[in-house]
Amino acid sequence: MKTERNPEEGEKQQFRTLSGIPVEAVYGDGPAPGEFPYTRGVHADMYRSRLWTMRMFAGFGTAQDTNARFHELLKAGGTGLSTAFDMPTLMGRDSDHEWAIGEVGRAGVAVDSVEDVADLFAGIDLSAVSTSMTINGPAPILLAMYIAVAEEQGVDRSHLSGTLQNDILKEYQAQKEYLFPPRPSVRLVTDVIRFTAAEMPRWNPVSISGYHIREAGSTAAQELAFTLANGFAYVEAAIATGLAVDDFVPRLSFFFNSHLDFFEEVGKFRAARRIWARWMRDRYGATDERSLKLRFHTQTAGVSLTAQQPEVNVARVALQALAGVLGGTQSLHTDSFDEALALPSDDAARIALRTQQVIAHETGVANVVDPLGGSAYVEWMTDELERRAEEVFTHLEDLGSGSLLEGVHAGIESGWFAGEIADAAYRYEREVNAGERIVVGVNAFIEGDDPEARRLLRIGQDTEDLQRKRLDIVRQHRDDEAVAAALAQVVADASDSTTNVVPSLLDAVRVRATLGEIVDALEGVFGTWVEKSVI
Amino acid sequence: MDNDTPDQGSGEAPVRVVLAKLGLDGHDRGLKVVARMLRDAGMEVVYLGLRQTTETIIDAVEQEDADVVGISMLNAGHLTLGPRMVEALSQAGLDVPVIIGGIVPDDDRPAMAAAGVAGVLGPGASAEEVVACVQAACRRC
Repeated sequence: MKTERNPEEGEKQQFRTLSGIPVEAVYGDGPAPGEFPYTRGVHADMYRSRLWTMRMFAGFGTAQDTNARFHELLKAGGTGLSTAFDMPTLMGRDSDHEWAIGEVGRAGVAVDSVEDVADLFAGIDLSAVSTSMTINGPAPILLAMYIAVAEEQGVDRSHLSGTLQNDILKEYQAQKEYLFPPRPSVRLVTDVIRFTAAEMPRWNPVSISGYHIREAGSTAAQELAFTLANGFAYVEAAIATGLAVDDFVPRLSFFFNSHLDFFEEVGKFRAARRIWARWMRDRYGATDERSLKLRFHTQTAGVSLTAQQPEVNVARVALQALAGVLGGTQSLHTDSFDEALALPSDDAARIALRTQQVIAHETGVANVVDPLGGSAYVEWMTDELERRAEEVFTHLEDLGSGSLLEGVHAGIESGWFAGEIADAAYRYEREVNAGERIVVGVNAFIEGDDPEARRLLRIGQDTEDLQRKRLDIVRQHRDDEAVAAALAQVVADASDSTTNVVPSLLDAVRVRATLGEIVDALEGVFGTWVEKSVI
Repeated sequence: MDNDTPDQGSGEAPVRVVLAKLGLDGHDRGLKVVARMLRDAGMEVVYLGLRQTTETIIDAVEQEDADVVGISMLNAGHLTLGPRMVEALSQAGLDVPVIIGGIVPDDDRPAMAAAGVAGVLGPGASAEEVVACVQAACRRC
């Protein structure tokens, strides 16, 4: 599903402006795009040879509902899939759990068993599409379900291409969708890294995510610093299991927010690439060039969308998306304008995708690599964000007595990350409140809001009832003894920290153990986590 | 209703507000900001944090003698969970108003009001709006 721009191999395509002026691939001096430290981009010709993947995040209702949206997005020119799960799924609970009441299928798609994943991807060739799954606590279980569905479709796991978010550290810092305590959770992350490194060469086992840190209220510098620090932590954790750095780092990917301050965002993306390249080479001894290249997905800033005059969000999203593209993103989700009000409607999701297509095909910005490189302001901003991030790394290194992994654990346990983020969020809120920051349509230019004009996506109670029926049917048609045996094996493997738990998860989902049953089994071994509340 | 903030020489005890995330949703940015806004306005905030149930919230209301309950949801669960909270408080014999913050479409507001929810605060609510909403809901203010 890659977007090829010059299908005729060997023939050099001419890139011209709208007025016909021929333009070069890159302008300026210094290390070129595709050269260490990759500040200007990870490929020499970037979007000239391949546009970014237009990967729209979607999920609501039952698996069939979301499957229909997937087919629409692919038909409309989307080039990758990205799955949003509902709250009970994200929290590892089945749809008939008492905590799931009122939340089934509301904020994403409900998944209880491998049958739901099969319906989710019905009619989609899993060997031909790349799929991203936004799931963290139960990530290894969803990976197992995806593999099982592909194998039932006749697609070998080695041919699967996609990304599992599987970034548990930022859950403790920002998004708060954790299931178990941090240390066994990091072990599950490294189990997935080990499994995919050995068996799934086209799979990204972790998408190290600043997005949620930023949405929770951090600054751009904090997003950059905390995210990369988490990346270093996973690298240290995986090396500690015996993997060599170049065996898994090439498949680590990143996920950043693109917020409103245009040049700050561009600087952030550029600084991220430079920091990662330097740390991987100098600190962790990576020599494979692919280990040094930070690849990332971008999503526009949901938190910047306003409920007031929501159509204006189309402009915000376009500018944020442009910053992501000028920052050299590998894939992009553009938010729908109605997301401060509800889940995206079909029309709003289509406009969001069209916004990317306008940037890609009409504006000419994809013709030149890192067109802002060399701007005194952008170069200064890149350096400044790098400097601020390095200050955070030094702090965490001190906390962890030289280990970033231990420093990140210490910062989570003490509530340091959550406190820093809450401080930044409140500072911003006070500035808006005091009128020091203008939010168009909210604290200025408020005329013209028309609540009557809104057509929102609504998920009714019938979804919840239907999903519970689907789950009942799965439970009735399976071999309960096989399920019990598979869950016992999950417990045994989880209890031995040197055993990789992914194979026993695969066996459990194949016999139709549910997500909630597997999470309960793991919880029996790992326990739960209550955060230190920091206001 | 007394418009003076309670800590400015009125002699009354400050308004006590229990704040919680009800249900599975973990988005706590808004609730934390609201906690600080209310504190800055002189109110006492009992911040319960994540993954609370109607039972844990009622326990806190009783123990802390709270005047108002604020619950936050960004997961579209408000139509189910909002009325459940109101009902649970009423069954516990507690006459304590409930305010819901989060993403609540305008169309849902009449249903929330009909279910006895005292106030709804959406994205972008200012500190003044947040404080005014709590004061308007508070029975003894």
